[in-house]
Amino acid sequence: MSLIHNTAAELGAMIAAGEVSAAEVAGAHLDRMAEVEPKVGAFLHVDRETTLEQARAVDARLQAGEKLGPLAGVPIAHKDIFATRDMPTTAASKILEGWHPPYDATVTRRLREAGLVILGKTNLDEFAMGSSTENSAYQLTHNPWDLTRVPGGSSGGSSAAVASYEAPLSTGTDTGGSIRQPAAVTGIVGMKPTYGGSSRYGLIAFASSLDTPGPFARTVLDAAMLQETFSGYDPMDSTSIDAPVPSVVEAARNADVSGMRIGVIREFAGEGAQPGVLARFNEAVQLLESLGAKVVEVSCPSFETALPAYYLIAPSECSSNLARFDAMRYGLRVGDDGTRSAEEVMALTRAAGFGPEVKRRIMLGTYALSSGYYDAYYGQAQKVRTVISREFEAAFHQVDVLISPTTPTTAFPIGERADDPMAMYLADLYTIPSNLSGNAAMSVPCGLADEDGLPVGLQIMAPVLGDDRCYRVGAAVEKALESRWGGGLLAKAPAL
Amino acid sequence: MTVETGMPYAEALDRFEPVLGLETHVELGTRSKMFCGCAAVFGAPPNTNVCPTCLALPGALPVANVMAIESTIRIGLALNCSIAEWCRFARKNYFYPDMPKNYQISQYDEPLCFDGYLDIEVDGKPVRIEIERVHLEEDTGKSTHMGGATGRIHGADYSIVDYNRAGIPLVEIVTKPIPGTDRLAPEVAKAYVTELREVMRSLGVSDVRMEEGSLRCDVNVSLMPRGASEWGTRTETKNVNSLRSVERAVRSEIERQAEVLSGGGRIVQETRHFHEDTGTTTSGRSKEEAQDYRYFPEPDLLPIAPDRAWVAELKAALPELPSAKRQRLKAEWGLSDLDMQAMHNADAIDLVEATVAAGAPAADARKWWMGELARRSNETGVALADLPITPAQIARVTVLVASGALNDKLAREVLEGVLAGEGSPDEVVEKRGLKIVSDDGALSSIIDEVLAANADAAEKVRSGKIAAAGALVGGVMKASRGKADAARARALILEKLGVSE
Repeated sequence: MSLIHNTAAELGAMIAAGEVSAAEVAGAHLDRMAEVEPKVGAFLHVDRETTLEQARAVDARLQAGEKLGPLAGVPIAHKDIFATRDMPTTAASKILEGWHPPYDATVTRRLREAGLVILGKTNLDEFAMGSSTENSAYQLTHNPWDLTRVPGGSSGGSSAAVASYEAPLSTGTDTGGSIRQPAAVTGIVGMKPTYGGSSRYGLIAFASSLDTPGPFARTVLDAAMLQETFSGYDPMDSTSIDAPVPSVVEAARNADVSGMRIGVIREFAGEGAQPGVLARFNEAVQLLESLGAKVVEVSCPSFETALPAYYLIAPSECSSNLARFDAMRYGLRVGDDGTRSAEEVMALTRAAGFGPEVKRRIMLGTYALSSGYYDAYYGQAQKVRTVISREFEAAFHQVDVLISPTTPTTAFPIGERADDPMAMYLADLYTIPSNLSGNAAMSVPCGLADEDGLPVGLQIMAPVLGDDRCYRVGAAVEKALESRWGGGLLAKAPAL
Repeated sequence: MTVETGMPYAEALDRFEPVLGLETHVELGTRSKMFCGCAAVFGAPPNTNVCPTCLALPGALPVANVMAIESTIRIGLALNCSIAEWCRFARKNYFYPDMPKNYQISQYDEPLCFDGYLDIEVDGKPVRIEIERVHLEEDTGKSTHMGGATGRIHGADYSIVDYNRAGIPLVEIVTKPIPGTDRLAPEVAKAYVTELREVMRSLGVSDVRMEEGSLRCDVNVSLMPRGASEWGTRTETKNVNSLRSVERAVRSEIERQAEVLSGGGRIVQETRHFHEDTGTTTSGRSKEEAQDYRYFPEPDLLPIAPDRAWVAELKAALPELPSAKRQRLKAEWGLSDLDMQAMHNADAIDLVEATVAAGAPAADARKWWMGELARRSNETGVALADLPITPAQIARVTVLVASGALNDKLAREVLEGVLAGEGSPDEVVEKRGLKIVSDDGALSSIIDEVLAANADAAEKVRSGKIAAAGALVGGVMKASRGKADAARARALILEKLGVSE
């Protein structure tokens, strides 16, 4: 076993104990990246020297006796939608090609301060719009379980990097499932924290009321340690929550579900999902019962309206959020030859700089917000959002957490849904309700589907600020399944 | 640009009745911008007060300035508005190079303050202007269009943008339509903006300098034929940037619309531009196909829910408002309506009040500000408040006069010196040697010279024609170049000539 197979918790402890240096750990991961990146394509930007420099600086800080967090010296990959002051940040869009932010996102800044070492910036669907990472303007990312399949999306570079042992940890953002769905289809842990629990400052906005930064890791404990390091109130983000939260690391160590009330969402546990996904999900339900949880069925009828509501709210916000990409102050500029007006340069730049899915959503959103249509579309979608939040609230009066499969199918083949937006959108059917209500939700591996041998994720949803419950249940499932399997799910993945 | 001719004002008003509406933008004088920590100051080198948020770099987020919210609530309270219990910012979406995000954070259907009024006085009569709403938003950057004939973006060779202004807090104050002003429409518009400016000044929320754009006014005008009940189509004349221009813009728009309507034409709903040089407006952008701003609640900011106790505190702590203050001072100073109005028009009330507070008698303070200094202000075109002299300095001069150390003529010279930058009144007295000569030794020798040079007059006085002493006193004043204490000189002359009154 080499350094790349250690968990982040182990690496942090080894570095703190002086058994290994941050530079050695970074070097091992950079070597792994050099080896498998040609096949996986998880990263948009890698800079070996900058990474090693950061690692050596952390080693120096530790040697000088500086007290850093438990993840000091552990490498991490950032979704290329977080601003990083020493690396380009593109949101996988041509419109931001070559842009170097003059500042760090709060998430990247906090992790830097805690001594984590940045391995690079990972691929995503352009501006986080997609479920397969095929909408990146730069490259495809391949699922380490089957290189002909997608790694999920939009945070597919981050999920693939962790699943292929290129990075022990990575960050993602979840607007409609963009952390949980890629985690599920690559067999790792992904968490969407409570909206407002982690800062959006420096995260390039897709849909402001939904975007949530969160962690990817190979274990529930690692995810908890990462989340605890970057989350918490940020005065730079007005929507971040200034309230004490239960420790998620403690919850991940607790891993006890006896006496917990767990609700199965009837609408998400029946037809519509791939049989192998349903089979693993039902086993997980039995497993939880065997661990002492009380499982009941809960009906959330309005959840079926979540997808259309989401596809009005998210595009509406994105149509406004993406207006700033206008060639005036940064990024791509097309047609500025001295003969054209500012308006023409803006139009030409946006036509050339945005990909088809981004344009589709800008147009959907522009339409939904238009005078005369607002009430019927955006206004109505907001009402649906309120109803969904109330249904969650009612459900959480009955149970401590809700569960469902994370996504209806396992990883689909690259290209299969690229020309069928509706089929693509369905990948987020089960994850979207939690974005609309802002509650916490996790995906944790629960086995492989019989028909294709690909990973299946279990989604655990908890109330707003109840992130610790996701970790407690997730850790219990992980512990029980690992003892059944004799190791982590990723051990079953084919060698790259 | 075609300049349309207008119908003479008197004829226009014989045939039509105007309805007004005023939208006023006030830049708040907060230290930092509306949604970031950049300094909110006028006149800094271009693009130096900017950061990721006000430049709309990807990922940057707004955080609302609490002082700006407080100022807006205070403005709303001063304008007798209701204060929203819960309201939100909204995004107003449109593309323009000086708006970094290509949306403006503003307020739409949930303004912070609403349903108020401001009482003004026009031509000796009270007029109540109803306020529709007061809301908070951010200013845009400032574009300068280079080349081209119009100074506008269309036809310019290129444009330059200064983002220092982008994100400065801006309060928009919108009146309800104002019917019934009749012939006084231009005066009502001007009086409203004047009074609003004073309210802002008394609250200390803005420096309200129209020439620097910290108070900007859009003037809406429509006409309807006399006797009609349905209002006509209105036009909106943008960014009228002086009190005088507000008045002129209303007048010229009434004249233009009257000409169009009486010629059988129709008024196009549009924005218009006011031209200082000609005093007329020209057509801007048509609003007939209303631009769709796609307003929606700003998801990056939390709703504003001002605590009721806090609002009550702000209300209780409001300063005395200008109209109440004028009433009080008029009584305290014992002035007529006319005098008070003259001081109001000259922007002298606060200065006189400060001068009185610094120890001057009200009558003297008023005399100097409305006399000597008003004259100077007129001659130089510098506003009274901007003259290089302070109320405390005027007060000092009045004290020197009252004590007999200066007379009026000398006092004028002292003011002259202070305005010329020669220092404080005492320093000017010292440097220019302006003290009244009342000590007998100095006076005595001057008198001796004058008596010797005017032997005839001296003889007349000696023989009992005391009235002739006036010419001798005049001689002493002349010889002392105005510095002699006239009463003392007269007493000494009579004494030397051996007569008594």
